[in-house]
Amino acid sequence: MANDTRHKGRRSSAALAAGARSQSPSPQSDLQQDDNPRGHASHGLSLVSWGLRLLNFGPLLVLVVLVAIISLLTPYFLTPINIGNILAQTAVIAIVALGQHLVILTRGIDLSVGSNLALATVVGGLLFRVVDSAPLVMLAMLLTGTLVGAVNGAVYVFGRLPHPFIITLATLSICRGLALEISPGHTTMRGMPDAIVTIGSATTFGIPNSFFVVVLVAAGVLVMAKYMVWGRWTYAVGGHPEAAVEMGIPVKWVLLSTYMISGFCVGIGAIVLAGRTAASSPLYGNLLELDTIAAVIIGGASFLGGRGHVGHALVGAVMIGVIRNALNLLNVDVFFQMIAIGLVIVLAVEADVLRNWLEARVRTIQAARTQ
Amino acid sequence: MNAPVAAPVLSVRNAEKRFGAVHALKDVSFDARRGEVLALLGDNGAGKSTLVKCIAGVHALDAGEILLDGEAAALHSPAAARNAGIETVYQDLALFDNLTPAQNFYCGREISFPQWLPRGLRFMNSRAMDQEAADVIDRLKVRLPKFDAPVALMSGGQRQAIAVARATVFTRKLVMLDEPTAALGLRESHKVLDLIKQLRAEGNAVILITHNMEHVVELADRAVVLRQGRKVGELKPDRSNRQELVSMIVGAEA
Repeated sequence: MANDTRHKGRRSSAALAAGARSQSPSPQSDLQQDDNPRGHASHGLSLVSWGLRLLNFGPLLVLVVLVAIISLLTPYFLTPINIGNILAQTAVIAIVALGQHLVILTRGIDLSVGSNLALATVVGGLLFRVVDSAPLVMLAMLLTGTLVGAVNGAVYVFGRLPHPFIITLATLSICRGLALEISPGHTTMRGMPDAIVTIGSATTFGIPNSFFVVVLVAAGVLVMAKYMVWGRWTYAVGGHPEAAVEMGIPVKWVLLSTYMISGFCVGIGAIVLAGRTAASSPLYGNLLELDTIAAVIIGGASFLGGRGHVGHALVGAVMIGVIRNALNLLNVDVFFQMIAIGLVIVLAVEADVLRNWLEARVRTIQAARTQ
Repeated sequence: MNAPVAAPVLSVRNAEKRFGAVHALKDVSFDARRGEVLALLGDNGAGKSTLVKCIAGVHALDAGEILLDGEAAALHSPAAARNAGIETVYQDLALFDNLTPAQNFYCGREISFPQWLPRGLRFMNSRAMDQEAADVIDRLKVRLPKFDAPVALMSGGQRQAIAVARATVFTRKLVMLDEPTAALGLRESHKVLDLIKQLRAEGNAVILITHNMEHVVELADRAVVLRQGRKVGELKPDRSNRQELVSMIVGAEA
């Protein structure tokens, strides 16, 4: 904020100076004598816009560098089996992060995804005890996820909450409690329909099936966010919520549907995880909210909303998977992994701050140039 | 200068608005006509922005009515007002920093298909939107550094021009501008004034809120002065009655 006003002040004084120039008899020659200046400004501009471009591709670059370094450190890293491992381990984070990224685009946050996922698997597991039908069990998991998302969205929007943090924190607790309460023995239940196990743990042409699920979900989210009017509205709501109302966008419905889609993605994640383990458990998805939010932010989306795309969520999820996997291969203990992920989050958020600062620079330079 | 006795495109009749204990609008009536710039003047807190927001559908009047082309109009929401052909350039511009100029233009009114789906579920025709936005930008002679860059990267004057240009794309009756030059330097201000002249020339009614008397004298065909929520005067501004206008605004009878 303080930055902003400072830039504004500078901009208008530059504008005033320019106005004064234009009223002098020979503006052209005046301009050339002036020492404030175009050459200087455009030089600065190219530097700054280079910085911006670098930041935009930053996460991908970091990922490439990371992979290069790790593959030098351990020969096992770039083997087909290990790559398959990473893909399978990352699948659930990636799928749920794709939904989370839509929520974050609208300046929101969904803290309930982890417990929602646990609840969804438990509901699916309980249904499996009654009927061995893959479609029904999958439907149950998808519905559970979407319903929790709908509750999040409805309470946030129609309960006129200032921020979704509290309601999704509440459903985080409620879903975990509910999952523990309804699962027999409050613990893991073995068994899932064969088709779900195939989705979660089998491979096709040596590639884990869960990877194809990620691709499908990513394609769906990409189409919605980039090509559908709904997607444009989520960017608008995240960019400037008041203006979105003034422009006649149905902001409440956009928000509600965003949380429902996040919940739907959780349902898909539940299917993949239940399939991979051939089980359901009220303990699943612990800290998944952290992983998915981290993935979206590390990938390069803005925590302030309005900025991000499918690629960010995917790159971020893979980065988390790669860091975990590498630290495992290098025999670094689990606690240090948590510290490492946390540090990466701090770096990612600072990169976002830096990007906003650079953009403010572009604005001032631009203002000076157009005078 | 303007055609005599053109039927008013907008008539506000006996408008009343209260916010709790604050009586923001007291029995305000005025007309706006096509091809005319109407300056809405008044000191801070006189009720100008409230009046504009009521016409734009952001607030509802407590009493009184708003007529469009002589018929009572129900402007319950910003969307309803926009559908009725009323465009507003808000003081904060209501631009989406994360979107490009073209995306800003069409935000909330995207060109999309197929028509039988609810609006949100349709697919965008981005090419048509880019094309039409580029045409408008050209027609209005607005110079932008890059057409496909987000608005966040543009200067105050460029942003202002985009907001005004957006209003010009969709307006069919009335454009309201709330202090459109407040944050601008001299040259950028003049660009915006030129845009307003163009809007008028294209046959729109224009309502302009400003504190700049120079602009009022240069641009406005008529001026309505509000003080403490009441309409205290209406006249044709020119160099000679400038002082009179100022005293009306501040309330010191000259």
